[in-house]
Amino acid sequence: MDNLQFFIYLLILAGSTYLIRAIPFAAVKKKIENRFIRSFLHYIPYTVLAAMTFPAALYATGNVFAASLGVIAAVVFAIMGKSLTTVAIASSLTAFLAEIVLKAVV
Amino acid sequence: MNDFKKGLVAGIPIGLGYLSVSFTFGILAVSYGLYWWQAVVISMTTLTSAGQLAGVGIMIHPGQYIEMLISQITINLRYSFMSVSLSQKVSPEFKGAARFLLGFFMTDEIFAVASQQKSVSVKFFTGLATIPYFGWALGTLFGALLGNVLPSSVMNALCLAIYGMFIAIIAPDAKRSASLLLIIGVAVALSCAFYYLPLLNTLSSGLAISISAVAAAALGALLFPIKEEAENG
Repeated sequence: MDNLQFFIYLLILAGSTYLIRAIPFAAVKKKIENRFIRSFLHYIPYTVLAAMTFPAALYATGNVFAASLGVIAAVVFAIMGKSLTTVAIASSLTAFLAEIVLKAVV
Repeated sequence: MNDFKKGLVAGIPIGLGYLSVSFTFGILAVSYGLYWWQAVVISMTTLTSAGQLAGVGIMIHPGQYIEMLISQITINLRYSFMSVSLSQKVSPEFKGAARFLLGFFMTDEIFAVASQQKSVSVKFFTGLATIPYFGWALGTLFGALLGNVLPSSVMNALCLAIYGMFIAIIAPDAKRSASLLLIIGVAVALSCAFYYLPLLNTLSSGLAISISAVAAAALGALLFPIKEEAENG
């Protein structure tokens, strides 16, 4: 790919991603009073993360069984109130060990 | 500890997660025929996972500028909702130019951690974005230059870290609120429907996530509107 084409693509890619983030952030200046919208915005972080995680996380490692165990470990550690880092490491480590065990057994 | 340092610390797990995710992006971009510096430039100017992955997939074909624009808008639409959501939680001095500059850093993870704060100051948000930004750029650089030096089992397991972090953010609050748990369940069910059901699964993953999240949050707002004092829970 020549440089000109790369930079045109980059401009569209980076530019649209930036504007879609920055314009709403800068444009909404007032406190929103509408209760429905306030409630909607309260739920959005949770629903976005949930929809991103499931079912994608189950296919993140290339082994559904190992990934599922990793996800279960994450849920257990998270409910126990562990920090973000601890949960992330526990979930990766569980999937890693599960994959090793699976390869040894199967 | 001042707000900037607090933000820095809060950004560490995100930065670690980004290292591994962007490492895979770097490998992929080079395998698509991009130069290592192109992969790094993309990461430093775009700072998003799904959009960049789709983006390099389109870049290898000449002249698909409209496809690039449409894919980015659908994949990234969720950021608009996050930006509006966070606009309600920022401290009074966080306005104008600061929002235009820092809006660049509105990733899923930075948004998720910021939205756990009662009030988000400019300093906190700047600190929060710093380590993830460099993690994203460095991971891309390493992935693009070093390729597959890590054993695949390690790489595979690292890919789960970012989802582990998402779960760590939603699970504790879901435990405390049955209505929130139900709404999260609806989002998961919709997202699974878009993944598994024929016809629905032809939609891009970014758009599927946006529709699932918006529909579930709207249902939540209809069925369980929040009380004012419960908003930061």
